Amino acid sequence: MSRTKPHEIVERALELSTADGCVVIADEESSANLRWAGNALTTNGVTRGRTLTVIATVDGGEGTASGVVTRSAVTAADLEPLVRAAEAAARGAGPAEDAQPLVTGTPASPDFADGPAETSSAVFADFAPALGEAFARARAGGRELYGFAHHQLVSTYVGTSTGLRLRHDQPNGTLELNAKSPDRQRSAWAGRATRDFKDVDPTVLDAELAVRLGWAERRIELPAGRYETLLPPTAVADLLIYQMWSAAARDAAEGRTVFSRPGGGTRVGDRLSPLPLTLRSDPDAPGLESAPFVIAHSSGDDASVFDNGLPVPATEWIANGELARLTTTRHSAALTGLPLSPAFGNLILDGGGDRSLEEMVAGTERGLLLTCLWYIREVDPATLLLTGLTRDGVYLVEDGQVVGEVNNFRFNESPVDLLSRATEAGRTERTLPREWGDWFTRAAMPALRVPDFNMSSVSKGV
Amino acid sequence: MPHSIDAAFTALPLRALADAALARARALGAEHADFRLERIRSASWRLRDAKPSGGSDSTDLGFAVRVVHGGSWGFASGVDLTMDAAAKVASQAVAMAKLSAQVIRAAGSDERVELADEPVHADKTWISAYDVDPFGVPDSEKAALLADWSARLLAAEGVAHVDASLLAVHENKFYADTSGTSTTQQRVRVHPQLTAVAVDATTGEFDSMRTIAPPAGRGWEYLTGTGWDWGAELERIPGLLAEKMRAPSVEAGRYDLVVDPSNLWLTIHESIGHATELDRALGYEAAYAGTSFATFDQLGALKYGSSIMNVTGDRTAEHGLATIGYDDEGVAAQSWDLVKDGTLVGYQLDRRIAKLTGLGRSNGCAYADSPGHVPVQRMANVSLRPDPGGLSTEDLIGGVERGIYVVGDRSWSIDMQRYNFQFTGQRFFRIENGRLAGQLRDVAYQATTTDFWGSMEKVGGPQTYVLGGAFNCGKAQPGQVASVSHGCPSALFRDVNILNTTQEAGR
Repeated sequence: MSRTKPHEIVERALELSTADGCVVIADEESSANLRWAGNALTTNGVTRGRTLTVIATVDGGEGTASGVVTRSAVTAADLEPLVRAAEAAARGAGPAEDAQPLVTGTPASPDFADGPAETSSAVFADFAPALGEAFARARAGGRELYGFAHHQLVSTYVGTSTGLRLRHDQPNGTLELNAKSPDRQRSAWAGRATRDFKDVDPTVLDAELAVRLGWAERRIELPAGRYETLLPPTAVADLLIYQMWSAAARDAAEGRTVFSRPGGGTRVGDRLSPLPLTLRSDPDAPGLESAPFVIAHSSGDDASVFDNGLPVPATEWIANGELARLTTTRHSAALTGLPLSPAFGNLILDGGGDRSLEEMVAGTERGLLLTCLWYIREVDPATLLLTGLTRDGVYLVEDGQVVGEVNNFRFNESPVDLLSRATEAGRTERTLPREWGDWFTRAAMPALRVPDFNMSSVSKGV
Repeated sequence: MPHSIDAAFTALPLRALADAALARARALGAEHADFRLERIRSASWRLRDAKPSGGSDSTDLGFAVRVVHGGSWGFASGVDLTMDAAAKVASQAVAMAKLSAQVIRAAGSDERVELADEPVHADKTWISAYDVDPFGVPDSEKAALLADWSARLLAAEGVAHVDASLLAVHENKFYADTSGTSTTQQRVRVHPQLTAVAVDATTGEFDSMRTIAPPAGRGWEYLTGTGWDWGAELERIPGLLAEKMRAPSVEAGRYDLVVDPSNLWLTIHESIGHATELDRALGYEAAYAGTSFATFDQLGALKYGSSIMNVTGDRTAEHGLATIGYDDEGVAAQSWDLVKDGTLVGYQLDRRIAKLTGLGRSNGCAYADSPGHVPVQRMANVSLRPDPGGLSTEDLIGGVERGIYVVGDRSWSIDMQRYNFQFTGQRFFRIENGRLAGQLRDVAYQATTTDFWGSMEKVGGPQTYVLGGAFNCGKAQPGQVASVSHGCPSALFRDVNILNTTQEAGR
């Protein structure tokens, strides 16, 4: 069975099903990674895995129940017990609130019967020697490099008892490079998302970080307070990803999120920003391609196993500064009366600006330039107040020039509130979210200028 | 109730696969090789307003080979349980070690991986302390219990919504290495949680209150009366939530805090647990989760907190989430001091870090969360010792003129060197002249680690001690999650900075 093609496993599992409905998801995953610290590799690895998820649906007098069972390393002997376990789970679960008819009508993927895409350590064939060169340059230049390179390919096959046969290949690569002075009193970071490691050069990033460590040679202590702040694209991505995680329509309609309207209903239609901001997701966005159909291994606030295979359209979540959509499943769309808007695989913010971050720095009289944010957590869901830290370089800009490095800060801010106070959005560019980069990598964001970012206290951490 | 290792796990070709992998690694010149075969079953059940709203039941089965070859690490994993596949994965691990060596040479480094010695533990088995395997209980019984608990809360006045969840894990590991150690282990853990939500439809205000029962290294019995009184907790929540909805907003400023174990465990986790991981302190986690202010040169000298502060690392505590018999490098579980009389005296170690720093034997803190991941240095159960003759929580509160009693965890964040933290909670009670005087809203406490622990004036007695913890501590790249417990008593802290979160939001 281990050498059986994934689509054959999906077909066999569907044949074995005796439930009223069945969805089978086969995920074939391969990955390769390198990790380094102090100019030397520390760990590395290659992995290869298969998981099979069987979702059984059982109709009953009080409604339809679902049972979800996932197994890795499925063998021929495991297949029937796995299907039966899903059916038993459905019978034991009781009627599912999100029950809907299984999806029909999505055209089959032409490559459904093809073998899975695969990555290996070969993806680093050019990158690894370049990394070694970057280590040598850093050592010669008095810098220590820390970081991680990861490449993963997941081929997902979805088959249903209603006839869907869908497949999606998702490459996912990240490079994070952190440079420190040998006394670790100065630190700088750069990150890139990539599909194949052909477009990232660690020596170029090292050179970029050498400039930033140079900026940090002049140290300026500033107290807590509200400062004009330039948030780079990675920081904007981290904040808006969190905002979208809090954008489930049902929660908003029930009155328990920042997108709830006092007195009932949701804030869809409210102006969130005076800037002409558009926040969207699009499975076909160039370089950020993501699954064009719903892949739901379990049900939750913004996903339903019954929606597997449903097309994921391009969606504008914020349009021209107004809240346009909240995430819905078919079930929560019906409950709230809002349009169907499945959860997304990429996120793009466009504010109409065309200035680069460097040009925004040049246009700043006095303000802070951040590198990235870290340890972002929700303090208050009512305002979506988030706390977290600045990290790896806060720079003071005066008269259009970086004049030195400032201590780190803890911030307390709400992304929803920030959008209402931002006075400028720069040019949208592809970015790697620093904090959520191990979960969510496909983002394109502009830098934002915020006139009064709340630096709540000073952090001594470097 | 005594258990044995699951027969379905021991029926797998554990020894044969290990022999095939280790023999290939040896033949290819590895100085050290270890083989780990794991089966981890994780399941969740979720209810929303007493109705099923999603669940899953996942089993991860596979094996990993890790080698030291030419002074470099190599790691690979696989899922096909055949001798050929095991040998092939060992070859891949060696190939990865060679790739590492190439990069290290190109960088002009002469760093070599060496491991601290560990006695050989041959053919050992270990099983955690639990009565009833949660996976042996019918799903319908689990759903019915969660539905009943949800219904009790929903029936109360002022409760608009209830979210209920149960997570359960059954973990089996087989480990063997080229030194001759082989271990077979089994662990069970559960995490039930209920959250009640109140919504004021007129004003749009809402708030929630979650159970403070910690996750535990126990079985289904934890939900049916052993280790936690669920009935009493569920009965209290609606009234507490209603009071919280009416509570005044806190006045920002400095207050004395009595911190309940249900909150303090998380402060310990973030500001002591992670800060005393020696791999972090040395820089091996620098690019991701960060380093530590508790640097190695300060061992034996750093004043971590007040002189009544005593913290242990412990992989042996009964029902602890990080409790094991042997770690993922074949090191036997131990208990040791991290902070003694307020001074940093120890770290958490794995074999490589122990050797590198000359600290002798590893204290057994290597862990991988799946067969697809390399073991990294992970947290032991890190716990604050109670004062053997210490006060009750009520008596600690009795010693405060103007302060706040903090119960339950909610929001948490700390900087990348573990200095600056900010925490919120589930319930905040005003203390006036030694007595509780109603709840407060919008409270967060913010401090620097050594200032906070330096302000600890009293540690409660054993009668206040609770083993809290988390299922989902994140670390490393690729990211891994581990579960860990933190025991602590109630404790009194003087003059801590309290923020008003509404004001922080600019309102």
